Amino acid sequence: MSAMLEVRDLEVAYGKIVAVKKISFSVEQGQVVSLIGTNGAGKTTTLRTISGLLRPTSGEVLFQGERIDQVAAHDIVARGLAHSPEGRRIFPRLSVEENLLLGAFARKDPAGVRTDLDSAYDLFPILGERRKQPAGTFSGGEQQMLAMGRAMMSRPKLLMLDEPSMGLSPIMMKRIMSTVSELQSQGTTILLVEQNAQAALKRADFGYVLEVGKIVLSGTGRDLLVNDEVRKAYLGED
Amino acid sequence: MTDVKTPPAEPETAAEPQGKPLAWPLGLAGVVLVIAGSFLSWSYDGQILGDLSINFYPGGLQILAIILALIALVLLLAEKGPLTKLGAWLDVTAGLRALGLTLTLYMLLVLVAISADSDGLINVNPGGYISFAGAALILVSAWLLPLRQLRDMSEARLPAWFEILSIAVLMAAVLFVAAYALGLEDAWSFILCLVFIAAVAAVLFRTGALSWVGHVAQRNRKVLTLSAFLVAFLFPFTQGGSDANMSIATQVLVFAATAMGLNIVVGLAGLLDLGYIAFLGSGAYVAATMSTSAFATIGWKPPFLVVMLIGAGVAATLGLIIGTPTLRVSGDYLAIVTLGFGEIFRFSMFNLDGNNGPNLTNGPNGVPGIPDLEIGGFNFGDVHTVAGIELGRFSNYYFLLLILTAFVILVFSRLNNSRIGRGWVAIREDEKAAEAMGVSTFGLKLLAFAVGAFLAGLAGTIKAHQDGAVSPDQYIFLESAFLLAAIVLGGMGTIAGVLLGATILKLLPEKLRFFSEYRLLLFGLLLVLMMRFRPEGLVASRRRQLEFHEEDEALAVEVEEERLAVEEAK
Repeated sequence: MSAMLEVRDLEVAYGKIVAVKKISFSVEQGQVVSLIGTNGAGKTTTLRTISGLLRPTSGEVLFQGERIDQVAAHDIVARGLAHSPEGRRIFPRLSVEENLLLGAFARKDPAGVRTDLDSAYDLFPILGERRKQPAGTFSGGEQQMLAMGRAMMSRPKLLMLDEPSMGLSPIMMKRIMSTVSELQSQGTTILLVEQNAQAALKRADFGYVLEVGKIVLSGTGRDLLVNDEVRKAYLGED
Repeated sequence: MTDVKTPPAEPETAAEPQGKPLAWPLGLAGVVLVIAGSFLSWSYDGQILGDLSINFYPGGLQILAIILALIALVLLLAEKGPLTKLGAWLDVTAGLRALGLTLTLYMLLVLVAISADSDGLINVNPGGYISFAGAALILVSAWLLPLRQLRDMSEARLPAWFEILSIAVLMAAVLFVAAYALGLEDAWSFILCLVFIAAVAAVLFRTGALSWVGHVAQRNRKVLTLSAFLVAFLFPFTQGGSDANMSIATQVLVFAATAMGLNIVVGLAGLLDLGYIAFLGSGAYVAATMSTSAFATIGWKPPFLVVMLIGAGVAATLGLIIGTPTLRVSGDYLAIVTLGFGEIFRFSMFNLDGNNGPNLTNGPNGVPGIPDLEIGGFNFGDVHTVAGIELGRFSNYYFLLLILTAFVILVFSRLNNSRIGRGWVAIREDEKAAEAMGVSTFGLKLLAFAVGAFLAGLAGTIKAHQDGAVSPDQYIFLESAFLLAAIVLGGMGTIAGVLLGATILKLLPEKLRFFSEYRLLLFGLLLVLMMRFRPEGLVASRRRQLEFHEEDEALAVEVEEERLAVEEAK
């Protein structure tokens, strides 16, 4: 069986600046795969290209065996690939419920959306308590929960999370990361992009290290965690 | 907003600072003086301001002053006296201050008006001065009284029948005041009537009663909508067979229906369209060229309902044609491109005169002599008598336009509360995030453009027949700007607000003709003041309010984070 997501020789450029240079990686069904790297390594660019918000200059993206690198963003969501963007990007002036319903925008089954709304509230009870409240009044951690819940509303087969731990307190980060594991156990495949390598690799089945647009290392999460170079560069150990 | 518990209310006794002991009797004396003065003669000249010269027989403007004084009385009694229960809920003093200010302004303007219309202050009779002094007394007393704690009016619950009765009374008052204000012949009376309306509105707003009205309206939305339409429907019957005001009213309705269409594009989808008038124009031109006018250029004369659909269809098609290339740009760029489109439309109509292409529009002459509509044997040009009241030509169009406006409002509210409406709002808020959520941004923006154009086209087909003539100079950029101004003034994305904005912007220039040279100056000033004091528009949608009062939002976040920290500490 082929991988759920396969990226082949992907190259993405902003004008003359090449942000992602011929990278290849894959995500297998049911895995949590981490993409780690410093600022400007090209992680976010990679995710934005996969979800159709950017177009690659060359290379291919295959989702469930079909090429999606020229497919419109809203079609990609409808096919089951959700993207929770960097910086959460919730709609601050809309209520929690409206935010969640927007996550389900591509779906045409109102009854199913209702059920998933309830399961989002089960996953994050705090959202259920404040479903009518404008999302902008939430704390960072709650906004991240909302962003994840919103992405899950499209009932994705593959969920891409872009830096979910950004700017969160350690306690909140723990909560978010355990939710990642919970979602995996429920059968969602996850591509996790993180600067926080420790947290991301601990939960990852497989990991890739991105450095200025290139994949420089790959391996299981456990292997990368103990890898000397990774420890030096990303975990701040000498 | 947040479910954070506010600290328990302070005991009533502590929250009751005593004002100057003189304040209350002073206010009462003011009320008495205003009323007494109003029963006396205000003006020596009986020819001006609807005759205020007779003792013990108050004219219209004097009755308005008495009404304001009675409101002041109610407020004073709510401060101290039999109505204190009311005073527990309303910020009486703030209301009284607003009333004192506006009533003093009202009386001052009366004096100015008398001296301007007649020959100087000599024509003011003692009654006018007495009422003016009374107004000033109320003003002084209001500033001596202490302000109070405002209670949350969303908690105020009264029996359902009372709420519905309040809506009915409010609507009846709107109808009565509208009929009265429109019936005023001279501009000074009209301005004074506006000050009166502003005074009542200010009192309702400052006391907090308006927020109660808002909550009641939320709870009884259906009743409110129905009664609003009933009032609009009854309006022609208050005109006693005169068609003069109905002519203005039909123009208001065309303008309002068009503004509602633009409200979908600007208010919901957030696309700034500065050439919207072109869609109204294309509908009007379709209806004109297919009419039985001697100057019509198209030989096919289908029934009007078909013409309506064609006109709207042409407008929507134009919307798609202009939208497909231009909706890839956004913000200021889109505004410029649509502005250009509006001008292209006007110049095309100007030039399609047979010299520079096919003769479709007769160029600058346009299509005059468009006959009145006839639908199913009913001729809109005829005068009909219903229940003893003559309904003229404009009343006929008024009813048709009322149906159109209702339809446009229906489309707007259905879209607003639908999945599509949610997509539009998401695009307006954060287009990139919306795209990542699976919202097909381009398709939805195009749809907003097309729906808006369709509705404007519908209105245009009726407008052509009602005006009787169509020419390019009716569809200038300024008209698009006015439509936009109506939306901004009233409140983007709301129904009531845009209707209100459209009414104000269309009605005032008609009634204040002597201001016509300064019309643009005044509107400019009005918009600047709005942006300064109430950027979300007269009627604000919840989201807009958040948008323009970010500091409150920041505050809410702070409160939330504090609460969270406390929780985590446990």
